[in-house]
Amino acid sequence: MTRYRAAVHITPRRGILDPQGKAVAGALHALGFSSVHDVHVGRYIILELEAQDAAAAERDIRAMCERLLANPVTEDFDIAAITEVAGVTA
Amino acid sequence: MKFGVVTFPGSNGDYDAFKAVAERLGEEAVYLWHKDHDLQNVDVVILPGGFSYGDYLRAGAIARFSPIMQEVAAHARAGRPVMGFCNGFQIACEAGLLPGALLRNDSLQFVCAQVPVRVEASNRFTSGYKPGQVLTLPIAHGDGRYTADEDTLDRLEGEGLVTFRYVSSAGEVVPAWNPNGSARAIAGITNAAGNVLGMMPHPERAVDPLVSTGDGLAMFEAMLAHVGA
Repeated sequence: MTRYRAAVHITPRRGILDPQGKAVAGALHALGFSSVHDVHVGRYIILELEAQDAAAAERDIRAMCERLLANPVTEDFDIAAITEVAGVTA
Repeated sequence: MKFGVVTFPGSNGDYDAFKAVAERLGEEAVYLWHKDHDLQNVDVVILPGGFSYGDYLRAGAIARFSPIMQEVAAHARAGRPVMGFCNGFQIACEAGLLPGALLRNDSLQFVCAQVPVRVEASNRFTSGYKPGQVLTLPIAHGDGRYTADEDTLDRLEGEGLVTFRYVSSAGEVVPAWNPNGSARAIAGITNAAGNVLGMMPHPERAVDPLVSTGDGLAMFEAMLAHVGA
């Protein structure tokens, strides 16, 4: 087994009102960042897990996202990176 | 008749629900600890309001994995009544007992108010009300914006599963009286089988005119009429 570190982005599904994103966009405008026209606020989750290989790690993380980390009704997830943690082998 | 009120870490409406049943309705109530696997032969399960597990990840997302939720789900699958109020509604949605999800209020503000709520469906929970009756019930939540895809919303409407809607004091659906931006002003729904109810307003906090209205009590009385003493 190898230890992996993975990063998962959870974002509000496009088309679903994201009042938090709108509020942040408004605050950025108030600061003078008038170039901003869209903001979405989500979560960034970092996981460390043991898996046989990177493909197995990704399968596990996908299942975790589908069952808990993201709400399938309102959120999308994206597994941004899976990297081996050097020097840790169980 | 016996009601079971689940206490999760962070529940704060469990005592209100217990008192509504035990003192206002005059029926037996028991607390069900979230770590137990025993529903103690209750007829009705209440998932109370509060902030179970600190609303970590999403409101209700962690509570749904509490040990007792396996028994609650089995109770629901058997067609027996489950009432989820506020956080209980969020937990029921996360657990898949009800469709949809509850998101951050569109105002981003926590709302605590007495609001008009219209009875939209005649079912086992609302048999004590007249169709279209406007109740005044308290709400207290930051994540109450009911959301589901359009097909689900159409199905809920088509099958008469929308049980409560936020309305004006005159009983009309108008955006200004939707306190959280809920889709189609939905305040409460049931599942297709009609035995699981979820609602953001707190009927258990509207059983004594001293602190609110008495408009919530008829929901508990309806359970008595339906399930029997």
